[in-house]
Amino acid sequence: MTETEFKQWFINNFQNFEKNLNGEKTSSFHLIRKDALSKFSSLNVPTTKDEEWKYTSISPLVKHSFNVIPPKVEIASELVGKFLFDQLEHHLMVFVNGEFRKDLSKLDELPQTVEVTSLSNAIKNNHPALLNHFGKYAEDSNNLFTALNSAYTKDGAFILIPKGKVVEDPIHIIFINKAENESLVTQPRNLFIAEENSQLTIIEHYASDDEGIYFSNSVTEIYLGENTFVDHIKLQEESKKAFHIARMEVDQERNSNFSSHMISTGAVFSRNEFTTRFNGEGGESMLNGLFMIDGEQFFDAHTMIDHAKPYCNSHEHYKGILEDKARGVFNGKVMVRPDAQKTNAFQENNTILLSDDAVMNSKPQLEIFADDVKCSHGATVGKLNEEAKFYLKSRGIGEEAATAMLIHAFASDVITTIKIEALRDYLEKIITQKFNQ
Amino acid sequence: MLLEIKNLHAKISGTEILKGIDLKVNAGEVHAIMGPNGSGKSTLASVLAGREEYEVTEGKIWYNGKNLLELSPEDRAREGVFLAFQYPVEIPGVSNTNLLKTAVNEIRKYRGEEELDAMEFLELLKEKSKLVELDQKFLSRSVNEGFSGGEKKRNEIFQMAVLNPKLAILDETDSGLDIDALRIVANGVNKLRSKDNAIIVVTHYQRLLNYIIPDFVHVLYQGKIVKSGGKELALELEEKGYDWIKNGKSEVAV
Repeated sequence: MTETEFKQWFINNFQNFEKNLNGEKTSSFHLIRKDALSKFSSLNVPTTKDEEWKYTSISPLVKHSFNVIPPKVEIASELVGKFLFDQLEHHLMVFVNGEFRKDLSKLDELPQTVEVTSLSNAIKNNHPALLNHFGKYAEDSNNLFTALNSAYTKDGAFILIPKGKVVEDPIHIIFINKAENESLVTQPRNLFIAEENSQLTIIEHYASDDEGIYFSNSVTEIYLGENTFVDHIKLQEESKKAFHIARMEVDQERNSNFSSHMISTGAVFSRNEFTTRFNGEGGESMLNGLFMIDGEQFFDAHTMIDHAKPYCNSHEHYKGILEDKARGVFNGKVMVRPDAQKTNAFQENNTILLSDDAVMNSKPQLEIFADDVKCSHGATVGKLNEEAKFYLKSRGIGEEAATAMLIHAFASDVITTIKIEALRDYLEKIITQKFNQ
Repeated sequence: MLLEIKNLHAKISGTEILKGIDLKVNAGEVHAIMGPNGSGKSTLASVLAGREEYEVTEGKIWYNGKNLLELSPEDRAREGVFLAFQYPVEIPGVSNTNLLKTAVNEIRKYRGEEELDAMEFLELLKEKSKLVELDQKFLSRSVNEGFSGGEKKRNEIFQMAVLNPKLAILDETDSGLDIDALRIVANGVNKLRSKDNAIIVVTHYQRLLNYIIPDFVHVLYQGKIVKSGGKELALELEEKGYDWIKNGKSEVAV
């Protein structure tokens, strides 16, 4: 397909999608979908001529005609077990091919009044918070893939933590995709609302247990009310043939504290857009990322930290490890608006290329319109330190173990900031398996 | 014989640095290799440890009955060769404990021995750290990161103590050390001397040899050993400087 045909495919298939909504198309929420579809129709498919897509070509994606109504597949609960973390107390939401699976989930130990449910359920009940927040942070008007997601919104995770509530154990949300014979598209839509003085930890986990071709196009909106703590971990372990496009928009009110870790190892193509916006004074944000790709994998992180108010701190550190012919893109923007005096912003991107064919394009950007701020940014791209490796070998440590040790060391300042020990252990294990079998 | 170097020639980036070295080292001996800057001392140490930038163009090195040049750097270490680096490398994110634990267990695995359990290993570290008066808190710190020059050199000798090599090569371990640090390092080395191992001390200065008394002293000049003798040779060099060697003719004695 061409880019135009790719777009037309989703416009033409919308009727099929509507039919599959079981009469829900008369609901008021459906107007949102239809509005999004019209925005989708009017937006252009991004090409490498667009500045924001300069190094990111979606031509491998547009070749496919993805089934917009993913088939229901059977999943054994043992399979879900494969994606859980050892020794981690958690609440669990499982989605299979985009659809919430209550039978595989575990939500019975949540504190009272905390709402953790499927987005389809929130839509069905016309949840007032849904109507208040949906689409407010991730707007459709300037983003083709967000508009596509909104038009096809059917399910996802909906979380509302009321004022003053603390959810101690992480809520682990797993999106399992299983494309057996035909390629399909799933479009999870997540909305996480943390009201004043509440606290929440979320693990947003994309996974597959086979090498299916599918397109996962997700949008996550997170609202942090005043004085809230939200810890968000995204783990992208899609099939090595999948396309993953994800957008996350975070809105931070006064004195809120958002911590984000993005760990990405899967998909042949992944594009991650991530914005956090300080809408009140005293906000804190940490955005750490680690991507490890090989073969012909492509990874792109586009982040934006919007310092709109004074006295906010942001700390962003993305690290990449690229092997074979993998290609990576980091584009991080820190915007300090005229109002945002006393801003503290740190941004860094470091990448290690383990082969001569791997390529990294890194563009850290600072735009400062206030005069009393402390900001720094930087990027490095390099190879593993050969001198350090020789030092380790001269102590009797073999080539593979030495490489793995240096990779662990490189990744450590992202991994050690993850608060959940079980997840740190899991990541250490991934590195060991990948580099020291 | 533990080590026998025969007519060793080596070059780096096309330049020949070692031009025919002959050296024999028996277990229980300490050999000092001295010489002016640029004579090839550090190259010799690097070639013994297996640094890949150096190309051996001629000659042989026999170590403990094995052809050393055929072994990878890690296998040399596992066979008991240890190089104390002239410039120890900083490795942020890898703790001293982690490095040593991995090293000890890889070496034990190579030798067909059981891995040490956590308790045994910690005991070993505790015991050996005393040898060079290294504070326990160094163990959890990243390898050499933010260490002073003296701490780095002490850390090298500490690693040597833990790995317990048969052949240790100390490459300018004394340079940049004040007299207190020098004493600590030398004491550590002396405690590790035994009839079963050998030590090659590569140094520019005689000073270290007041504390580590060598059995043999060799003078390296322009890629060759031009003079060999007992410990008194070091004193003679200290007194007369290297010009005496540079101007005089080679008289090789073993």
